Amino acid sequence: MVALIPVLPLLSFLIIGLNYKRINKNLTSWLACGTVFLSFVLSFMAFMQVKSSGVNIEIQLFEWIATQKFSVGFSFLIDPLSALMLLIVTGVSFLIHVYSIGYMSHDEGFNRFFSYMNLFVFSMLILVLGSNYLMMFIGWEGVGLCSYLLIGFWFKNTDYNNAAKKAFIMNRIGDLGFLLGMFLIYVTFGSLDFKTVFSLAASYPVGSTVLVSATLLLFIGAIGKSAQIPLFTWLPDAMAGPTPVSALIHAATMVTAGVYMIARSQAIYVLAPFTMNVIAIVGIVTALVAATIAIYQNDIKKVLAYSTVSQLGYMFVGLGVGAFTGAMFHLTTHAFFKALLFLAAGSVIHALGGEQDIRKMGGLRKYLPITFMVFLIATIAISGIPPFSGFFSKDEILVHAFAQNKLIWALGFFTSLLTAFYMFRLLFLTFNRTFRGTSEQQHHLHESPKVMTIPLIILAILSLIGGIIGIPEIMGGHHALQQFLNPVFNSTGETLELSHSTEWILIASTVAGAFIMIIFAWVRFYKKNIIPAPDTTPRSAIVQLFIKKWYVDEIYNVLITKPIYWLSGFFHKVLDVKIIDGMVNGFGNLAVWTGGKVRYMQTGNIGFYLSAMVLAVVAILMFMMI
Amino acid sequence: MYYKYFKMEQYIFYSLSTVAVFSALMMVISKKPIHSLLYLLLCFFTLAGHYILLNAQFLAIVHIIVYAGAIMVLFLFTVMLLNLNIKGEMQKPLVARIVAVVAGGLLLVALVGLLKGMDSSTGIMQTDNQIGLMKNISNTLFNEYVLPFEVASVLFLTAMVGAVMLGKDESKV
Amino acid sequence: MPINNYIVLSSLLFVIGLVGVLVKRNALVVFMSIELMLNSVNLLFAAFSVYHNNASGQIMVIFIMVVAAAEVAAGLAILVLTYRTNHSIDINLLNTLKH
Repeated sequence: MVALIPVLPLLSFLIIGLNYKRINKNLTSWLACGTVFLSFVLSFMAFMQVKSSGVNIEIQLFEWIATQKFSVGFSFLIDPLSALMLLIVTGVSFLIHVYSIGYMSHDEGFNRFFSYMNLFVFSMLILVLGSNYLMMFIGWEGVGLCSYLLIGFWFKNTDYNNAAKKAFIMNRIGDLGFLLGMFLIYVTFGSLDFKTVFSLAASYPVGSTVLVSATLLLFIGAIGKSAQIPLFTWLPDAMAGPTPVSALIHAATMVTAGVYMIARSQAIYVLAPFTMNVIAIVGIVTALVAATIAIYQNDIKKVLAYSTVSQLGYMFVGLGVGAFTGAMFHLTTHAFFKALLFLAAGSVIHALGGEQDIRKMGGLRKYLPITFMVFLIATIAISGIPPFSGFFSKDEILVHAFAQNKLIWALGFFTSLLTAFYMFRLLFLTFNRTFRGTSEQQHHLHESPKVMTIPLIILAILSLIGGIIGIPEIMGGHHALQQFLNPVFNSTGETLELSHSTEWILIASTVAGAFIMIIFAWVRFYKKNIIPAPDTTPRSAIVQLFIKKWYVDEIYNVLITKPIYWLSGFFHKVLDVKIIDGMVNGFGNLAVWTGGKVRYMQTGNIGFYLSAMVLAVVAILMFMMI
Repeated sequence: MYYKYFKMEQYIFYSLSTVAVFSALMMVISKKPIHSLLYLLLCFFTLAGHYILLNAQFLAIVHIIVYAGAIMVLFLFTVMLLNLNIKGEMQKPLVARIVAVVAGGLLLVALVGLLKGMDSSTGIMQTDNQIGLMKNISNTLFNEYVLPFEVASVLFLTAMVGAVMLGKDESKV
Repeated sequence: MPINNYIVLSSLLFVIGLVGVLVKRNALVVFMSIELMLNSVNLLFAAFSVYHNNASGQIMVIFIMVVAAAEVAAGLAILVLTYRTNHSIDINLLNTLKH
């Protein structure tokens, strides 16, 4: 029955995908959303079973690769970690599917969209359910593929196609690291199965080279998939896809696959402190850089995209300092409020008929009240204001970071300030004061239909109360999530040695800082109504750096893209045309030339033939004699 | 007595061979076709002499009748009737002739070289064998080789019909 | 008579005939050289039949003669035909098979 969880979306994908020209839109909606809902129900049942019994569910469907030296089964594992991920994936996917029914209702590629989305859900479920690295890799690749398909959904636009290609290629670069890590793990431990690898790894000393290398390589895969520095430029460009895609793939699920993978491999990561440091550093740098870029972005979705990169950085910081539960907690809450933010942004875009520049928005509060309310809730959550969910998860990570490395904590603190600032900037500029768009858009402003707003409301409620599962002890709650995930992360690396007062001071300072930034944003954008300047105004150098996204795209262009194009051109012009074609044509020319020369033997002169015959006979005789 | 016969045979053999080779050479070398014809005729006669030396009586007579009597006459007829006795200046290019002679020479060397290492004392033939007598030949011919014999007659028929067909003057039909 | 003598004689005649075929341009002389080659083989067959005391060799000679006769008949007929078109029996003129 557990096997049904991924199979249902797969079936839906097949049915819709194979009939996408003829199938009725209603049927598609029911089929797509229904199967995901059923998967959610089954996941919930599996979750309850694991929670109550404490025993993991393991199922092997069939023996996939069965050679003597290497055998991998197609098997699923549901332990607390994957149960949590299952709930998130199926739940949020279901809500987004329902939302998409309304958002994509006017699109002619409706059926195609839902088939791709279901394929994505299937791949993500395989990734989460897999009980060995190879299964996880199947899902890993599958979600990369679906990301490509969905980003380039409106394929008639070349820019979107380029964005899809960029996403896929960067993903693949990371996948190379993942593959190498898998090879190394197999060579060292002789198996790719999680249980086997982790139990064998326990006997290795801390910091052994092979573990450090393997974990670093796996982390490279996570960098590509979860858009960390240096492979993060695909995520903002991926906003070319429809908004539900951005919500599902690039906020809640695919980009969190990297975090999940590292959390799953916790057993080998705690044995490689060097890699953990690397992860933390990469995470915090990413968070900081993305936040600085987000302050100056003027496209709703781009702001949210950089915000995603930044929050992912936070999750990796959590992993890097040993707060595995904290990272998973932040993953959960981030899924809620980031998906909500994207869907709300989609609602805004839908209402404005496609406008995405926030300088042309404003005053939408009275036209889109529900959207405004949910957006507000999500923004407060992401800024880390209690008692919203984001506060608990972000705080847990920061507290652990403080215990590990004060510098990381300081940078994380600064980044959370920036987060609060740019998110509220976005809110105020979009929804408050007066409308700055054209009057024609103003006529068309309307609240989204119920099928779009109900998922928004559900997600808002979750963003509000989702923090319950992780209330730390100092505030009186027992950290339910931590206890739930206890069997997976044998919390050896997670006990804090901070005194309670230190913790309180840290929490208070974070909240205070967030409040100050909110007030600052309010003053700047609400009271003073300062609108971001058009793109052509000259700025100071640092601001220019932020606006130009730290010139990363340009650097990549010069360092990598241009040389590769040159190399490809070289291969084409010289190797392919001249050498290979030359050889192949050369053979043909050689045959023709030889024929032209041998033709002269056909003189038609019998005497010549006879002489040749005699010489040949002589030769044979000589050959036989000697 | 025996010794004398041997010497006589060898003497006859060598003289006949000389004449044969000489006439063959002259046939190839001479410029006029009539001369080639006549030299070939001489060669055939010497070959008939060789057959008699081998006591292949039937063969010798048949050789003279068929070759000298029929084939050479046919050639002579063709030459005479078509007036082909021109002193041909047509000669093949020097290269071709040299290559031909070299090729032939090589072949000769090869064939004769095969004899190297063979003991020349073995292979003495007796000249008073009975195998060439007509009785014995016809015995073998009609007992073992009767089918080829019959087929040969068909072959002759074909050749005759072919020659007549080819020689027919088409314009008169 | 040692058999070697006959072998050498026969080879000599054969090669002379061969050279004649290759060197001469007059079709008639070429024919005659072919006849010479056939005859040299006849001689060798007869010699070997006496050597092995087997009549088959001489019967082979009979058949060779049969074939030679038939061949001369047909060949001369063809020769006459070509003479009618080319008005010459130069074999170098028979080169329409050339490229």
